[in-house]
Amino acid sequence: MTGPAYVIGVDVGGTFTDVFILDVASGRVETAKVPSTHGDQSRGFVEGIGRKVEDFGRIRTVVHGTTVGTNALLERKGARTGIITTEGFRDVLEMRRRDRPTTWGLKGNFAPVVARTDRVEVAERILADGSVLQPVAEQDVRDRALALAESGCEALCVFFINGYANNQNEMSAVEAVRSVWPNAYVTAATEILPEIREFERLSTATLNAYLQPVVSSYLDRLETGLQGKGFQGDILIVQSNGGVMSVDTAKRYPVRTALSGPAAGVIAATAIAEAAGFDNIITCDMGGTSFDVSLIAGGAAALAAQTAIDFGMVVRTPMIEITTIGAGGGSIASVDKSGLLQVGPESAGSDPGPVCYGLGSERPTVTDANLVLGRINPDRPIGGKLDRLDVEAARQAIEKDIATLLNLTVEEAAEAVLRLANAKMAGAIRLVSIEKGHDPATFAAMPFGGGGALHTGALIKEVGLGSALVPRFPGVTSALGCVVADMRHDRVQTVNRLLDQIDAPALGREMTAVADQTEALLSGAGVDFAGVDRVFELDMLYLGQTHTVSVAIDIPAGGLTADVIHAAFEEAYREAYGRLLEGIAMRIMNYRIAVVGRRPKLDMAVFAPSGGKAAEACRIGTRQVYAEGRYHEAGVFERLDLAVGAVLTGPALLEQPDTTIFVDPGLQAVVDTFGNLVIKASED
Amino acid sequence: MAVDAVTLAIMKGRLEQIADEMDATLFRSAFNPIIAEAHDASHGIYDAVTGDTLVQGKSGLPVFVGVMAFAVKAVIDKAAERDGVHEGDVWIFNDPYDGGTHLSDFRLVKPVFREGKLFCYLASVGHWHDVGGNVPGNYNPAATECFQEGMLIPPVKLFDRGQFRQDIVDILSANSRLPNSLYGDLNGQLNALELGEKRMASLLDDYGDEVVADCLAELKRRAAQMMRAQIAELPSGTVSAEDYLDNDGIVDAPLKIALDLTIDGDRMVMDFSRSSPACAGPVNISRSTTVAACYVALKHIFGDVPANAGVLEPVEFRIDEASLLAVKAPKPVGGYTETILRLIDVVFQAIAQIAPEAAMAPAYGTINALSLAGHRGDGRRWVMFSFFGGGHGAYAAGDGLNHGNAPISTATIPPLEILEAAYPVRFTEWALRPDSGGPGEHRGGLGAVYEIALLEEQADVFLFGERGKYPPPGIVGGAAAAPNRFHYEQRDGLHEPPMLSKMVGIEIEREQRLRLETPGGGGYGDPFARSVESVLRDCRLGYVSRQQAEAAFGVVISEDGSLDETATASLRRREAAQ
Repeated sequence: MTGPAYVIGVDVGGTFTDVFILDVASGRVETAKVPSTHGDQSRGFVEGIGRKVEDFGRIRTVVHGTTVGTNALLERKGARTGIITTEGFRDVLEMRRRDRPTTWGLKGNFAPVVARTDRVEVAERILADGSVLQPVAEQDVRDRALALAESGCEALCVFFINGYANNQNEMSAVEAVRSVWPNAYVTAATEILPEIREFERLSTATLNAYLQPVVSSYLDRLETGLQGKGFQGDILIVQSNGGVMSVDTAKRYPVRTALSGPAAGVIAATAIAEAAGFDNIITCDMGGTSFDVSLIAGGAAALAAQTAIDFGMVVRTPMIEITTIGAGGGSIASVDKSGLLQVGPESAGSDPGPVCYGLGSERPTVTDANLVLGRINPDRPIGGKLDRLDVEAARQAIEKDIATLLNLTVEEAAEAVLRLANAKMAGAIRLVSIEKGHDPATFAAMPFGGGGALHTGALIKEVGLGSALVPRFPGVTSALGCVVADMRHDRVQTVNRLLDQIDAPALGREMTAVADQTEALLSGAGVDFAGVDRVFELDMLYLGQTHTVSVAIDIPAGGLTADVIHAAFEEAYREAYGRLLEGIAMRIMNYRIAVVGRRPKLDMAVFAPSGGKAAEACRIGTRQVYAEGRYHEAGVFERLDLAVGAVLTGPALLEQPDTTIFVDPGLQAVVDTFGNLVIKASED
Repeated sequence: MAVDAVTLAIMKGRLEQIADEMDATLFRSAFNPIIAEAHDASHGIYDAVTGDTLVQGKSGLPVFVGVMAFAVKAVIDKAAERDGVHEGDVWIFNDPYDGGTHLSDFRLVKPVFREGKLFCYLASVGHWHDVGGNVPGNYNPAATECFQEGMLIPPVKLFDRGQFRQDIVDILSANSRLPNSLYGDLNGQLNALELGEKRMASLLDDYGDEVVADCLAELKRRAAQMMRAQIAELPSGTVSAEDYLDNDGIVDAPLKIALDLTIDGDRMVMDFSRSSPACAGPVNISRSTTVAACYVALKHIFGDVPANAGVLEPVEFRIDEASLLAVKAPKPVGGYTETILRLIDVVFQAIAQIAPEAAMAPAYGTINALSLAGHRGDGRRWVMFSFFGGGHGAYAAGDGLNHGNAPISTATIPPLEILEAAYPVRFTEWALRPDSGGPGEHRGGLGAVYEIALLEEQADVFLFGERGKYPPPGIVGGAAAAPNRFHYEQRDGLHEPPMLSKMVGIEIEREQRLRLETPGGGGYGDPFARSVESVLRDCRLGYVSRQQAEAAFGVVISEDGSLDETATASLRRREAAQ
């Protein structure tokens, strides 16, 4: 067959839906940006593809980074959910781990997603060693389930204490529920996470149940919408761990989409960086209220074991580790009672937004400071919502709230705001790099999102990063990430035994068998892979500790042995803390398995500018830019017109529809063969 | 010299990050769950001459923020008596009367040198699992001298000019029931200090010693300035608040904690002179601990005051030398947590009278240290030692949090599955406790019910708790929460300790149970002013019983859960008329 064959990535954000279209037959790429459709994201989704693709029958695969799950969690708009649990424990979800929202203040409250009246108990009990103290009566379970369904619950979670050690009672109960429940939205906690720690397991499983109806019906609408246009290919959904899964898996495990959107962006960054020859990257996503940082070391994104979507809303599944601080474009600058300058965490968000938006805010923000210092073009606001920005109002706000109080000029005050905001971002970067033992000089910053590229130069200087890599289309990075993401499935099982009491060969065989089952999920998804990788890890600790160290394990051809595990643990422990502890027994808490189906690599050369012009030919004007205590005359350039090899020396401003890039004085930017901009200290 | 405003703000962030990172290192590598899970530890940077707190980590135990300065000062004084401070020294001690809290808290203090000159101190404190004494875990409610609470180590050198002194560790280990845990925690604290020193050196290299020193001085000055501005917003005058400890575990008589709080322009006087004298049992505290507790209370109310000694500059303390708030050796201090929680409660109650919008009602007010210990079938000793949660107080804008942690800590509770996997126990209940929140227009958060059955032949149990007789009070017209309750089962049935929440030497056998019901938080505002809808909802969710709805809130609810509007209206009218 000739003609195009498309693989399409779609990232639905709060404002825009970004579509990235790759024709694998010709190698051509196209992008589209359409407004997101609230209420039903699938409409904007299908419409966005329709802008560029006539024949939906030619689409092989659609890969989707979705915020439907995330939004339902944040806005508490999941389904009414019931919980059937062990007698004596119906409040585990509400009692959390006995924490509080903020260290200081003792104010704030918590409402669990499942009301107390929808959490019911049955008599049953498993002990910590896995023995059955009391079996569960299936009739009791059915009665409870029917009563919950009757009262209006749409989804249900079954969770029993110590189910991680033996899920026999939980499985009998969940089968009993499924025999009477009116739909498929039934989750057993150990199906989601057979790991010790009752609150974390219950919270994750409950949120899964809570999301199931919402995410499933969305995916149904999406499938129907696409098929109505003649689409016959596969839909894949990006998971929080940065891998994709089939639609069927996503309907069963919607909680794995909790960070689907941001994960896609990090995956794209990994691919872009790898093609450009960068193995070590720190991604910097600057939005209106926050600055999100992720670390990619040696070509692999760092994963976190769990995250809290909100206070008490814990999701424990492997996910791309994203560190968020409250320093976005909308972060408010102020002077506190001791005369100390503050930036954030209070934010003006996007409505009313910064003072310069003219939507009623009078409190200066980071964006206002960037505008006052000439780094943003007031006549060309990004995002396309506003026609122009009000520089004078921004100046007045900075003068009143900052400059007067600190006895500075307006420019000095605005630069102070930026320096402090940059310092906070630098702190976040130090947190993910230096604190984890990485040398920042070997890393490059990769900004995406609208505002990040204004600050990367400062971050290079502040943290001592080697360089910055600005992708050609920072605004559609996440959609690109969908297209290049691998398929990935993670499994965990609690072991909780001492190393010297374990039959290591049997453990190795069990892990291999679980990996085999997991790999079957990949082959069932109808996707072509360039290869399949397996990652085995043990969570281990010295007897007496409670925090584990993640230990990478190679299962030797001849079988796993205690010596292999012993040596691997000591290596990992020494790496983490420096000193080993002699004579103390080792314990294996969990094993973790990841099976990764590698999707064919996308040739990033498709982004390379064809033709293009030398830097001077792309100059569209000059602007006075204030930096390091004085005004500079900075050239303004049309970024997308730059040819490969074009060189710009800071101070310079590069404009494009989805972002503005500031090359600080003393830095130099070069367009690489993929159209990325590489920013480094000038060689002089 | 004047430091520019931006450098100062940036430096503040860098310094805090160093202290936070030291906290995180110890939490991850510590052995005992009281540090690893409950975060009962703290790290900071201290003045080279005075020992004043310059910067403290945000993730450690809040109460240590105020007390660590005294610990560093103790080392400075001790070194001056001996051969001075040297590069490569690390001091270790747990003396509670000399800059300490209780014997379980071991402090490590390390001087940081730059080109042969002392620049500052770094310090690490962590709560060790067992430091000897009469009971495992060291919360001995029957102690009458500190010698029954554990070993007492004055400031001694663990490292002398870089030379590690194994003999010190041998002495410590020989005096603990859990030497492995001690060894692991000690190593974790050393890891944290080493890391702090490395990060501090890199910061000083980046900015220069002089700039950093100027910033530290300036941050302290500004902290004092900020505190003065906060105080100046309060109305001048004197208010008083009194609250009580049930007893000291030895003599069953209440102990008064009284505060006369005076605001005078931008200065504050906290006068505790009317408090009870030193007592026989272990609820005494040292003066430094009293000051630290007040700092915690003030920081809960004025959230943005920094963790820096400057904050206490405009505050004058009047603490009688003979009172239970300023004791010296060998008075027992093991239960210091209960006393500082009560101090925080009286500060909240005093502030509520002058700044009700800023205040919150007292939280559950006891850490309920519960220990079960015994021997397994194979002879190995086991000790399960844990603290339990309760409700937070209500405040002007809302109800208190259900099942929160104590105001002096950010500790999370260990998962019950971890406890069951580690110790021969089975929890039979782990639930919210209905009717435990203090009634009010805003209701206090609920406490909890924990019930535990023993799975071995025999165990020794002790509990160190409070609020059995004097429950957490309400503020601004709100009512008190339910008191703490503890029962233990023996062959002849259920028992309650004579002193309610304190008892040692309880023996239980296989399948016998312990039941702990913790207090909620105090209420805020008149309970009869609480909206009927809120009371109905509370009743539907089982937070509040029909009986309490009627008696405490004046809302009459029928057996089927529906509102009896007429009866409610008349009950509430009658109350309003009185």
